[in-house]
Amino acid sequence: MQFETIIGLEVHAQLKTRTKIFCGCSTQFGGPPNTHTCPVCLGMPGVLPVLNRQVVEYTLRMALATHCTIARESRFARKNYFYPDLPKGYQISQYELPIAEHGHLDIAVESDSKNESDPDAEPTKRIGITRIHMEEDAGKLIHDDRRPVSRVDLNRTGVPLMEIVSEPDMRSPAEAGAYLRKLRSIIRYLGIGDGNMEEGSFRCDANVSIRPVGSDRFGTRTEIKNLNSFKNVEKAIRYEVARQREILLDGASVIQETRLWDPAAGRTNAMRGKEEAHDYRYFPDPDLVPLVIDEAWIAAARQALPELPDDKRARFIDQHGLPAYDAGVLTASRDLADYYEETVKRCQLPKPASNWIMGSLLGLLNAEGLTIAASPISPHNLADLLTLIDRGTISGKIAKTVFEEMAVSGNSPQEIVAAKGLEQVSDTDAIAAIVDQVWADHPDEVARLKAGNQKLMGFFVGQVMRSTKGKANPKIVNQLLAQKLAQ
Amino acid sequence: MDLHELTIAAAQSKLHSGELSAVELTRAVLARIEAVEPRIDAYISVTGDTALEMAAAADARLARGEGAPLTGIPLGVKDLICTAGIPTTCASRILENFVPPYDATVIQRLKAQDAVLVGKLNMDEFAMGSTTEHSAFKVTRNPWNRDRIPGGSSGGSAAAVAAGMCLGALGSDTGGSIRQPASHCGVVGLKPSYGRVSRYGLVAFASSLDQIGPLTRSVTDCAILFEAIAGYDPSDSTSVNRPVPDSLSALADGVDLRGVRVGLPLEYHRVDGLDPDVAAATSAAAETLTELGAVCVEVSLPHTPYAVAAYYVIAPSEASSNLARYDGVKYGHRDTTKTGLMEMYRGTRSTGFGAEVQRRIILGTYSLSSGYYDAYYGKASQVRTLIRRDFEAAFEQCDVLLAPVAPTPAGRIGESVDDPLAMYLSDIFTLSANLAGIPGISIPCGLSKEGLPIGLQLMAAPFEEARLLTTARAFEQATHHHEARPAV
Repeated sequence: MQFETIIGLEVHAQLKTRTKIFCGCSTQFGGPPNTHTCPVCLGMPGVLPVLNRQVVEYTLRMALATHCTIARESRFARKNYFYPDLPKGYQISQYELPIAEHGHLDIAVESDSKNESDPDAEPTKRIGITRIHMEEDAGKLIHDDRRPVSRVDLNRTGVPLMEIVSEPDMRSPAEAGAYLRKLRSIIRYLGIGDGNMEEGSFRCDANVSIRPVGSDRFGTRTEIKNLNSFKNVEKAIRYEVARQREILLDGASVIQETRLWDPAAGRTNAMRGKEEAHDYRYFPDPDLVPLVIDEAWIAAARQALPELPDDKRARFIDQHGLPAYDAGVLTASRDLADYYEETVKRCQLPKPASNWIMGSLLGLLNAEGLTIAASPISPHNLADLLTLIDRGTISGKIAKTVFEEMAVSGNSPQEIVAAKGLEQVSDTDAIAAIVDQVWADHPDEVARLKAGNQKLMGFFVGQVMRSTKGKANPKIVNQLLAQKLAQ
Repeated sequence: MDLHELTIAAAQSKLHSGELSAVELTRAVLARIEAVEPRIDAYISVTGDTALEMAAAADARLARGEGAPLTGIPLGVKDLICTAGIPTTCASRILENFVPPYDATVIQRLKAQDAVLVGKLNMDEFAMGSTTEHSAFKVTRNPWNRDRIPGGSSGGSAAAVAAGMCLGALGSDTGGSIRQPASHCGVVGLKPSYGRVSRYGLVAFASSLDQIGPLTRSVTDCAILFEAIAGYDPSDSTSVNRPVPDSLSALADGVDLRGVRVGLPLEYHRVDGLDPDVAAATSAAAETLTELGAVCVEVSLPHTPYAVAAYYVIAPSEASSNLARYDGVKYGHRDTTKTGLMEMYRGTRSTGFGAEVQRRIILGTYSLSSGYYDAYYGKASQVRTLIRRDFEAAFEQCDVLLAPVAPTPAGRIGESVDDPLAMYLSDIFTLSANLAGIPGISIPCGLSKEGLPIGLQLMAAPFEEARLLTTARAFEQATHHHEARPAV
């Protein structure tokens, strides 16, 4: 039987505000335990939360970037449960009336059928966003390995989170991965979060079910938690789909439950019922008044939105004439897109800039484990290198050497070319003298060439380049050799 | 007159004129506490040394001629308002050793005036109760009759003010917890409009209903203390940013009640168990106001029969969540005999909370539970809206509402402990004001045949405290009920 996979994702993204969501404490990561705390985030008796406006502002940007409907009035609610990392005994979240609903984003998908009218266009798929809401993070428990003791660190308590819930619109692990990458890319573009899964500033739970192809009813879903990298999200979903498929093929039924991904074992395991059976007793938090967002605030937030990946990609295709593939790669991160744009701004050579960035530069950064922001070669210098190639000052081949030298020293290509005398020789007389010399040195090869062995032309080019240390302008070398042969 | 019997207004003029020092006054109050506390049990802690230091600072300020209205005035504070460095127990075992690292906003405001804090006052545990018998530490006695309850939950505050153990006190009112003990102890008690006084630092019972307010021996004193603590506070998102009216000058100018419309809620006469003395005192009060030129009109609050039920769903629901933080992990009592997490939680909360608190936590948890939410919390919230609308409609016909505070004068100690339902039902006249967010005041309006104080309640539209205070002041001037003092 053929099955279809149904995936919905719940993402928790940490918002990069300076202070916590309901108090003035720092959100900085990694302080000594319980140093970024105050009576409010410690949940002392009598304290009250005051909403951080920046958290609303950031969430509003995300909601607008994902085409959500903004609630003119939304509410905070209490999610009640006991746990030592939750000092108030409840988490302040949004429940019935979230700040934003009914949004979407488009992901690139693999497709067999190319668009006839625009073969260059990559196929995309629209993924619905059910809701976006704000909430506070909990603290952290530190368990002692040797003794039955746990310690509580409340530095993270009250750090703002934005929860983004998707519709069950994804049909493969790859689509889930594409959705997550797109979401992260938008968050980074907006400058509202780090989107780092490994460090926990971007967390994901997956709801997975399968159904026979052609069925219009959803199968029983399981929720998978503990997905701490993009790779693990896809792996865990793949595992879970296979597990559910086996169950259904055996004639049994899938149990609706929460399962934990075990990355070491490469499998999901059911959480114990006790840990799962929560009645959160949500109710509107009486300490916080309804959050009212007026048209002016929405308009201001819209104004503050930067150019988003989809728009930037379209502009790179339209205005720079880049292929869709290039535009997609370059706009995957805002830093990379900015790097590319700065380069092009100086040299006005979009396609060469794209080629060099996607090829040599990303290769270099990958090898060195660097981010684009930490690139040893500045966009300014890369642009100058491209200009040197474009003007024929250096050959493409020499440029590779210059690039490597730039990576090591950080010097400008002009400096390197001058210091090492790498400038291309385009002086016809000088090259002609060398051609004459090579001609004279290889009478046998000359004879065979004249007899019609055209392959030997390459040999002569090589000889000329060798004696000029690669600096001779290959175009002129070719011209002169052709003349020589015709004599 | 003994110094501890002075009103705040009288003490203020003596302090400002230099006739009396704050240290002298504070010593007199501390001596009074020492003398009568064994018979009244109003205080959970008396902070004598701190009080004298504060008094000395007040004297220095007065000497500079910079005295504020409350500079040097010895005040008591209900023990669920946080005071930095001074234990704040909420009359509960679970917070027996809790010392807040911060002051509530109202305490900051009193300190800004160099008022003198003499101690923390007894109450029903976490403000849950109407008798002050539900304190984990002591039962406060009614200064008028030591066999009687002082009312509650701010029973310590009311008893201390009545017995001269402070010149004024702060209490909190969630369903009548200022007005009812004020009524039982023959003092003035004001529950301000919801949002008028900052709740920051008030240990929460039911966040959407709680308000801090003053208990004093006169309406003028009530206005002085109210104006000191009222006003917008950015630390409390539910506090309302609107100016506090200058009711003091209105009081000083003399009050004219001519044309004031006094509403008499029809439904309140139909309440079962209304004591004849209370009914008589209330009618007499309406007549007095009429004689002063006010016009009495009958109004209807049709949803009154549902108020107690709605309140006892909403308040416990919020409480069940507000009290979740007392889990033995971070501060306060912990059952150290247990090792597992769940066992520690159960042990701590079972031994740390008293029976009434546990009862309300269970009630509230149930009301919010999945499958019951709509029938209980959801329905109660709808009823609350209807009750608020009742009052809106009533205040189109009248300027103040007149009602009893409690159906009976103070009951005997031990009488209602085993009958929580009877205790809940006795809140009928007070808790609607909390549900509707409107201000209410209790002022003395006579004594029962047994010589127990009876309070008169006036209520007004939201943020119309000035209207309440001026009407109450006119009544006070016409009747002198407030001058009666218990013999302790």
